[in-house]
Amino acid sequence: MEKMARVTTALGGNTLSGRTMFCHLDAPANAISVCRDAAQVVVAGRNIFKIYSIEEEQFVEKLNLRVGRKPSLNFSCADVVWHQMDENLLATAATNGVVVTWNLGKPSRNKQDQLFTEHKRTVNKVCFHPTEVYMLLSGSQDGYMKCFDLRKKDSVSTFSGQSESVRDVQFSIRDYFTFAATFENGNVQLWDIRRPDRYERMFTAHNGPVFCCDWHLEDRGWLATGGRDKMVKVWDMNTTRAKEIYCVQTIASVARVKWRPECKHHIATCSMMVDHNIYVWDVRRPFIPSAMFEEHKDVTTGIVWRHLHDPYFLLSGSKDSTLYQHIFKDASQPIDRANPEGLCYSLYGDLAFAAKESLISSDSNRKPYIGDRRHPIFFKRKLDPTEQFEYISSSSALSVFETDVESGSMDWFVHTAKQYALAGRPLAELCDHNAKVAKGLDRNQVAQTWTMLRIIYSSLGNVSSANLNHSMGKGSAALPLMNSFNLKDIPSGLGSESRLDRSKGESRTENILMDSSSTLINNEDNEETEGSDVPADYLLGDVEADEDDLYMMDHENPHAEEQEYSLPQEAFPLRHEIVDNPSALDHLQDKADSPHVSGNEAETVSLTPVESFSLISISHSLYENRLPSDFFSPIVRDTLLFYAEQGDVQTAVSVLIVLGERIRKEIDEQTQEHWYTSYIDLLQRFQLWNISNEVIKLSTCRAINCLNQASTTLHVNCSNCKRPMSNRGWICDRCRQCASMCAVCHHVVKGLFVWCQGCSHGGHLQHIMKWLETSSHCPAGCGHLCEYT
Amino acid sequence: MHTLFADSFATLGRLDNVTLVMVFHPQYLESFLKTQHYLLQMDGPLPLHYRHYIGIMAAARHQCSYLVNLHVNDFLHVGGDPKWLNGLENAPQKLQNLGELNKMLAHRPWLITKEHIEQLLKTEENSWSLAELIHAVVLLTHYHSLASFTFGCGISPEIDCEGGHTFRPPSVSNYCLCDITNGYHGVEEIHASPTGSIPSTESVCEVEALMEKMKQLQECRDEEEASQEEMATRFEREKRESMFVCSSEDEESAATRDVSRHFEDTSYGYKDFSRHGMHVPTFRVQDYSWEDHGYSLVNRLYPDVGQLLDEKFHIAYNLTYNTMAMHKDVDTSMLRRAIWNYIHCMFGIRYDDYDYGEINQLLDRSFKVYIKTVVCTPEKTTKRMYDSFWRQFEHSEKVHVNLLLVEARMQAELLYALRAITRYMT
Repeated sequence: MEKMARVTTALGGNTLSGRTMFCHLDAPANAISVCRDAAQVVVAGRNIFKIYSIEEEQFVEKLNLRVGRKPSLNFSCADVVWHQMDENLLATAATNGVVVTWNLGKPSRNKQDQLFTEHKRTVNKVCFHPTEVYMLLSGSQDGYMKCFDLRKKDSVSTFSGQSESVRDVQFSIRDYFTFAATFENGNVQLWDIRRPDRYERMFTAHNGPVFCCDWHLEDRGWLATGGRDKMVKVWDMNTTRAKEIYCVQTIASVARVKWRPECKHHIATCSMMVDHNIYVWDVRRPFIPSAMFEEHKDVTTGIVWRHLHDPYFLLSGSKDSTLYQHIFKDASQPIDRANPEGLCYSLYGDLAFAAKESLISSDSNRKPYIGDRRHPIFFKRKLDPTEQFEYISSSSALSVFETDVESGSMDWFVHTAKQYALAGRPLAELCDHNAKVAKGLDRNQVAQTWTMLRIIYSSLGNVSSANLNHSMGKGSAALPLMNSFNLKDIPSGLGSESRLDRSKGESRTENILMDSSSTLINNEDNEETEGSDVPADYLLGDVEADEDDLYMMDHENPHAEEQEYSLPQEAFPLRHEIVDNPSALDHLQDKADSPHVSGNEAETVSLTPVESFSLISISHSLYENRLPSDFFSPIVRDTLLFYAEQGDVQTAVSVLIVLGERIRKEIDEQTQEHWYTSYIDLLQRFQLWNISNEVIKLSTCRAINCLNQASTTLHVNCSNCKRPMSNRGWICDRCRQCASMCAVCHHVVKGLFVWCQGCSHGGHLQHIMKWLETSSHCPAGCGHLCEYT
Repeated sequence: MHTLFADSFATLGRLDNVTLVMVFHPQYLESFLKTQHYLLQMDGPLPLHYRHYIGIMAAARHQCSYLVNLHVNDFLHVGGDPKWLNGLENAPQKLQNLGELNKMLAHRPWLITKEHIEQLLKTEENSWSLAELIHAVVLLTHYHSLASFTFGCGISPEIDCEGGHTFRPPSVSNYCLCDITNGYHGVEEIHASPTGSIPSTESVCEVEALMEKMKQLQECRDEEEASQEEMATRFEREKRESMFVCSSEDEESAATRDVSRHFEDTSYGYKDFSRHGMHVPTFRVQDYSWEDHGYSLVNRLYPDVGQLLDEKFHIAYNLTYNTMAMHKDVDTSMLRRAIWNYIHCMFGIRYDDYDYGEINQLLDRSFKVYIKTVVCTPEKTTKRMYDSFWRQFEHSEKVHVNLLLVEARMQAELLYALRAITRYMT
C-alpha cells in the first residue's frame, strides 16, 4: 500500500492501530462483521466464508468455515453477523432461506452449530440481540421475521410484517425489547419482541425498498434508513410520530448505513449499484460528504466500524473480492476541493455573494465593478468546540453589491401590479387604464404599448364587426351605426358619439364617457327606446340585409351557434355592472375552441365606442386599410418577447392576459408558462398574494391554472379509531363505521360538516343552523350550550 | 374500463387488439399502457422514429407481422425514412449495430457479455450512449415479450392493416380464437360455449388434481425437506427437461409480408440453455436482481422507466383474483410463482430459495409445452396448444398466464442485458 499512515487511539486500555490495507478474497463478499474485540473480521458471500484476523500490517486468514466437498447452499450467505457478547458465536443468513449459527469453539472442522429452515424465501438479514446471548432475529424475503432462542430448535416467535419482503432487521441498542424492520415497499415497522401479533408503529420512510437501517449508538430514538430512492433519512422516534430530522441525498441507491462511533452526526453509507465509494456524511451537512473512501473497484457490499468506540477505522468488503481497512486519515475529503460559494439576487436587484474568506482575500486587489457599490460584510461562524471533526474553516465572507437607489427601486413594479386591470372590462378600457397607470409611473414606453394594443385590437374589431354585420343592435347600438357612418366617410369615433348624441341627448354622453358601468346602464335604457332609432340607421348603413331580418335578429338573438357565447357576454356586463369579467368567458371559449372569436371581439369593442377619440385619425386610417388584427400578431408577439427579454415580465404577462385568445396562439405554451411562473414568483416575493392569485386564475396555461388547485386536500381521521380515512371522507375502512353522523337527523354527513368546538357534536350545516335557531342546547343532548355564529 | 379505453385511444390513436385482450386485467393494462406510452412517446434519449424502428426490429425477430405492421405505420407517421423498411441494411449503421444484440436478446440472452456492450458503446461515429442503449434494450425486450403475447393469445391483425379484413389471419399463428376485432363481448360469448369437445368430467378432474397438489405442497412443505444437493439437481433437471419439452409440430410457415426483410440470420433461434456442452454459469437472482440492481441501473440512465417497469412487474407478478376455473378463494401464489420461475429457469436464472420440484408437480406437460413455445419460439404457437392446456380455465385466466409469461420473459432478458451493462460499467 502506498499509504502508510499509522493511527493509534487509546480506548480505555485497548489500543487500535493499523493502516489502510487490503487483502484479496477469492470471491465477492456479500457481508462482513467484526468480532467484539475488533481483532477479527468475518467475510461471507456466495462462495466465501472466512475469518481474517486484523494485524498491524495486513489481514491474515484465520479460518475457512466453508468446509466439505460439496458446499451446499447453506454456505451461500446473504448476511453474516458476529455476536457482540460471545466471540465464538456467528450467524449467517443463506440465500435459500436457512439461518445457520456457527460455534467457533467446536473442536471439529465443521463449526456449523444449528440450522433453522423455517423461512420459505431468502433470508436477507440476521441480527443478534445486543445484550442477550441467545436471542437471534432474522428477516426474510417471504415477509416474516423470526426470533430464535439458540437453546431451542425452533423459532420462539414469528412476526408478520403483512407488507412484503423484509430487507433489514435491527435490535435497538438502547431499548431491550424493541427492534426495527424495513420493507421492500418503503415501510419501516417497530416491534416489541414480546408482542408478535402486531407492530407497535409503522411509517413509510422511502419511496421504494428500504434496504437498510441502523439505530444510533447513543441517541435512543434515532434511526437511520437508506433506500432505493437514493436517500438516507434520520428519524426521531422519541415523539409519537416518527419525524424525519435529517435527509441526505446520495447519487445511488443506499445499500448500508452505519453510524460512526463517537460522532453524533456522522454516518457511513455505501451504495447498491454503480457507485463504489464509501461516504461518511455529516447529516447536518447533507450536500457534500465529509469523507470519502475510493478504494473499491466494484460495489461495496458490507461496511462496519472496527470498534464500537473507535471512529477512525472502517472495514469494508466488496464485490471486487477485496477486504479493506480504511483509516480516517487517508480518507479524501471532498470539502477541501470544493469552493463554497453562494450567489443570490434580492428583490431590489442587489446581489449578494458569499465565499470562503481565503478566496475573497486573494481577490481583493481586483477592482470593484464600476457603478456598483460594494458593502462587504465579513462574519465568522463560531466554531463549535464540541464538534471535533469539523476540519474545514467555516469563516466566510459575504459581499453585497447594491444597485443604484433609483434604478434599483422596485416601487414601480408593486404599483403597477396593484393598479393594472387585467380583466373585468372591455379590452379597450383595460388598455387605456393600463396605459394610464404606466404613464403615471413615468413608463412611457409601456404606456405607448398599451395604447397601441388598444388601437390594433379594438379598432380592428370594428372591421370585423362590420363584416359580421349583425347582432349588436340591441345592447350596443353603436355598431351598425359605425358601419353606416363609414359609408358616409365619417370617422368612426365621432360617428358613434354623434349617434349616441342623437339618440339620447347630451347628458347621457357624459355618463358614457365617465365610466363603463354607466355606459352599460345607458345601453340598457337604450333597449326600450331603440326601436325607433335603429331601423332608421340601418336604412342608412346596411346594404345587404333588409330591415326586417335584422330587426328580428336583434330582438330574438337567434344565431344559434353563437348564442351560448354572445348571450352571457352581453348579459353579464349589462345587468351586473361588471361583476363578472369577460375574460373569464374568453377562457370558456378557449376550452370550447370557439370559432366565433371575431364576433366576440366585435362585441367587446362595441360596448366602448366612445373612448377612441384621441386616436381617431389613426384608427380611421387602419380601418380604411382593412387590415385584419391577425396581421399585427407577429409584431405584438415580438413586443412581448422584447419586454420579457428586458426583464419586464410583468408587461408581457399583463398583455398576455388582457389580450387573451387574440395573442395566445402566437406564443408557444412553454414560453407562456415560463413568463407566468416568473411573474407569479416575483409577485409572491413582494407578498402581493392577491394579485398573484388573480394572475393564476386568469392564466390560460393549464400548468399555471392548476397551481392554486394543488394541496387542496383535507385529510380527516376517523372519530372512532383515530386513523386516517383514506378512501372516502365519511366511512372508515377499518372500523366499518360511518364517522360523521349528523346529530339532528342521525344520517351520515357526506358534504359540509359543522361541529361545535366545545362539545364536538355536529352535523349537516343546514340542520344545525335550523336547530340552533330554536334551541341553544346541543342537538346531541349532551347539555352543552352550543354557539353558532 | 371505459376511461382506460379512452386513454389508450387518445395516446395510440387506435384501440388495438392487444389492448382489447389485456382489458381482461384492467389493472395491468393501465400500467402497461403507461409504460408503453412513456417508452414510445415521452422524453427519452432516442428519436421517435428510432423507437418504432427498434420495435419493428424486435417484433420481426419473432416474425410477428401484427406488431411489425402496426409499427411500420407509426414509423412512417413520425417521419421515418421508408427506405429503412426495406431491410436492416438500409438503416443507419448505428441501428445495424444493434442487430446482434437484438438477436441474442431474443433467443439466447445468456450469451450477452460485456464485450457486446463494449462494441456498441466504443467511441466512434455510430456509437451508442449508455442512456440510448438502455432505452433500446428496454424497447427490444418490451417488443420481444409483446410478440410472445401476440402469438400466445392469437391476436389478429388490426382492421386497417394488411390481412385485417380477411377471416383467416395471415399471421403465422393460424388461429384466431380471441378474434377480438369483433369486440370485447365476442370473447364473453366464446366463454359461454364449452371449449372443444372434451368430456367435461375428465377436465374437471384436472383442476381438482391441480388444486389438490397445491394443497399437498403447502402442507408437506415443512415436513419433507430435500437436501441441498437434491435441490440443486432438481434445478438442473428442470432445466434439462425444459429442453425436451418441445412443440412437436415444426410447421415451417413462410413469414408473411416482408417481415423477414427486417431481420437477418433467420437460422439463429432459441437454443436450449446449456445444451451443446457449452457451459454457461447459472444466473443467480440473489446476485443480480431486478429490485436491487436492475431497477437502480435503469432508473439512473433513463429516469422514471425503472419505476414504471417495476410497477408493471409487480402488478403482473401479484395479480390474482383468488379464483381457479370454477373455484373461488384459492391462493394461487404458488402456481404463479411456479410459472414465473419456470420461465426464468428456461433462461438459466435460478432462485436459491425455490424448490424446483414444485414446478413438476404443478405444471403438466401440455402446459409446459405451451409456455416454452410462447416464450422461446412464439411464432410456432398454435391454437391447439392454446386449447390443450388448462382446458377448464377461463380465457381471462389464460390471458393472465400470458401476462405472466410476457413479464417474466421481459425481466429475464432485461436481467441479462443489464448485468452485462453493469459489468461494462465497473
